[in-house]
Amino acid sequence: MTGETLASARIGVVTFPGTLDDRDAARAVRLAGGEPVSLWHADADLRGVDAVVLPGGFSYGDYLRAGAISRFAPAMDSVVDAAKGGMPVLGICNGFQVLTEAHLLPGSMVKNDHLRFVCREQVLTVENTSTAWTNQYAPGQQITIPLKNQDGQFVADERTLDELEGDGRVVFRYTGWNPNGSRRDIAGITNERGNVVGLMPHPEHAVEQGFGPAGETGPRAGTDGLTFFTSVLASLVRA
Amino acid sequence: MGRVVVEVMPKPEILDPQGKAVVGALPRLGFTQFTGARQGKRFELEVDGEVTPEVLAAAQQAAETLLSNPIIEDVVRVADAATDAAGTITAEGVA
Repeated sequence: MTGETLASARIGVVTFPGTLDDRDAARAVRLAGGEPVSLWHADADLRGVDAVVLPGGFSYGDYLRAGAISRFAPAMDSVVDAAKGGMPVLGICNGFQVLTEAHLLPGSMVKNDHLRFVCREQVLTVENTSTAWTNQYAPGQQITIPLKNQDGQFVADERTLDELEGDGRVVFRYTGWNPNGSRRDIAGITNERGNVVGLMPHPEHAVEQGFGPAGETGPRAGTDGLTFFTSVLASLVRA
Repeated sequence: MGRVVVEVMPKPEILDPQGKAVVGALPRLGFTQFTGARQGKRFELEVDGEVTPEVLAAAQQAAETLLSNPIIEDVVRVADAATDAAGTITAEGVA
């Protein structure tokens, strides 16, 4: 990959009322070599972006259910259409909740089994490296990125879980400790096509030396999350 | 002014962490007879005028699309708050 081929890739980041991590996500896109484009929830225009990130936060204060009201934002109608057409879409934390409420991904999130907010550096195993957002990881690679949520327990019925496992659509699994009671330690999943990925932990907080989780080369040195964003740029170059 | 009550409960197969916390707290107050608790949601939807069958049908639709998530929750009641008259909840909506 060279900067030149990637400079044209425009990655939209949607801001809802109550979104917290949109600027971190935009920064991650830039650090990976892409061009972040701010998108507003009330605007159906996706401004010609090549991919979309739904960032973390507490859109609409998590009122009703996390992600339930954001799902009906005008921008989401466009995101759902674009996702069905194959555009890469990444939902992080609250963004993952929005994707399940929009039925782009199966299952749902309920309150953590221990009922407390959890904030920690979380180890994940990358189990699917063929998605638009994980193609630069090695199969089985273990990564450490921050996790912070209250409603992070992934649930789905047994048949859906079996299908996800059978089709290789479990992209990330909690490793070492399951922080929220998620079924089968599932931290992130993808759709059948592999263009839509959602996960509860936060890759955009682990993209820059000095500001990430503990890494091999020192405290806050972890940049394991950056590969999400280089992966999508690589998938766009290939497309 | 009419009012429609919509009640939503977590599906039986979904663990309800909030209900679990409630049932854990009850014995501390001496309520040892309660062996389980589940926590749901009650909505009150207001309309100008009476609660007609059409209003109930619209409330049912709202309950299924916005007020509940069918993956984790069931709509257990859609009723006129004044008369307590509930529509018959079917797969097609309120009959």
